[in-house]
Amino acid sequence: MTEQDILNGLATIVNEIAGVPVGDVTPTKSFIDDLDVDSLAMVEIATAAEDHFGVRIPDDDLKDLRTVGDAVAYIEKAGVAV
Amino acid sequence: MTASVLRHARISGVGEHRPAQVLSNDDLAAKGLDTTDEWIRTRTGISSRRVAAATESVITMGADAAAKAMAEAGVDAAEIDLLVLATCSMRNAIPGGAARIASAVGARGIGAFDLNAACGGFSYALSVAADAVRCGTAQRVVVVGSEKLTDWIDWTDRGTCILFGDGAAAVLVEPSDSMGIGPVAWGSDGDGHALVGVPEGDWAIRMDGQAVFRWATTELTPVARRACELAGITTDELAAFVPHQANTRIVAAMARALRLPESVVIAHDIAETGNTSAASVPLALSRLIASGQVKSGDPALLLAFGAGLTYAGQVIRIP
Repeated sequence: MTEQDILNGLATIVNEIAGVPVGDVTPTKSFIDDLDVDSLAMVEIATAAEDHFGVRIPDDDLKDLRTVGDAVAYIEKAGVAV
Repeated sequence: MTASVLRHARISGVGEHRPAQVLSNDDLAAKGLDTTDEWIRTRTGISSRRVAAATESVITMGADAAAKAMAEAGVDAAEIDLLVLATCSMRNAIPGGAARIASAVGARGIGAFDLNAACGGFSYALSVAADAVRCGTAQRVVVVGSEKLTDWIDWTDRGTCILFGDGAAAVLVEPSDSMGIGPVAWGSDGDGHALVGVPEGDWAIRMDGQAVFRWATTELTPVARRACELAGITTDELAAFVPHQANTRIVAAMARALRLPESVVIAHDIAETGNTSAASVPLALSRLIASGQVKSGDPALLLAFGAGLTYAGQVIRIP
């Protein structure tokens, strides 16, 4: 799975949970400031991403994922098969 | 599982007690709490909650709800032989409140005990009551959920004080020819005991909201499915889903995970009630019935969950 695949997968999840258009979910965007995703929606996105990518994203790490790019890098590093 | 029971049990009456005093989100902000109505509504679905008066207690509210449930079922105090009170907010641990509620409704002398499974309590108590009826231990049981959570609220803790409210509701459980209360799917996770509750040495309820949200939206879907399986129906066949009114965002995530079709009415009582712990499921059931969105005999899934952690669910038939 490429970085782009992770981004695409994440964008689909963010769209389903928070209603953000897929095209708006780009690496530099801040979840809270740019995409209007609040902390509870972040938890839902994290649990959906856990299922989708087969990784673990604990709450302690989740709070450090400020941008879409942070999340993509985290998922990649967490061991999703690339 | 059902083959060994003597008979079935059903709910034959529901009663509620909602305190008159309303505390809105704007009232909380006006008290100096650093929050807004919009923030609370979008995160929780709560606009206002009821706060018990000084004269209202777990006992008085529970007794009023119990009396109304008995009246609706057309059952006299002399016909009741067990009362179970689900609560976690009594001011004092000893004595429990069930015996006083029994006396207050004119049923002095019957079996009576409290059950503390926090927000999971009502479905636990309903299961115990149904089993007592199924096995012949009791003929008619009053199950009460009653909470005065505002006794345990720190009004400066905005992570909790925006959520909780006071109230009570009760149901009458009696024998039935058909399955009116399905087998319970229940469980617990003591490893999560610190996520929500009154910590040692503290006096108020504290909560790790994000962790509770994650737990509730991921771990409880299988419980809901299991409760339906035990009752022999699919989630598609439900007429209604009556979850603990913890947070509309949790309920929405659950409904999405369960893929409930549009035909399933989701009980919504939290907006003007807040989270009333063990009273929440029966209060939501009471409002749902009053709304006319369900009819007698409809299958409804109750799902209670909370501090402990505890959880329990069962399919009932609407009385």
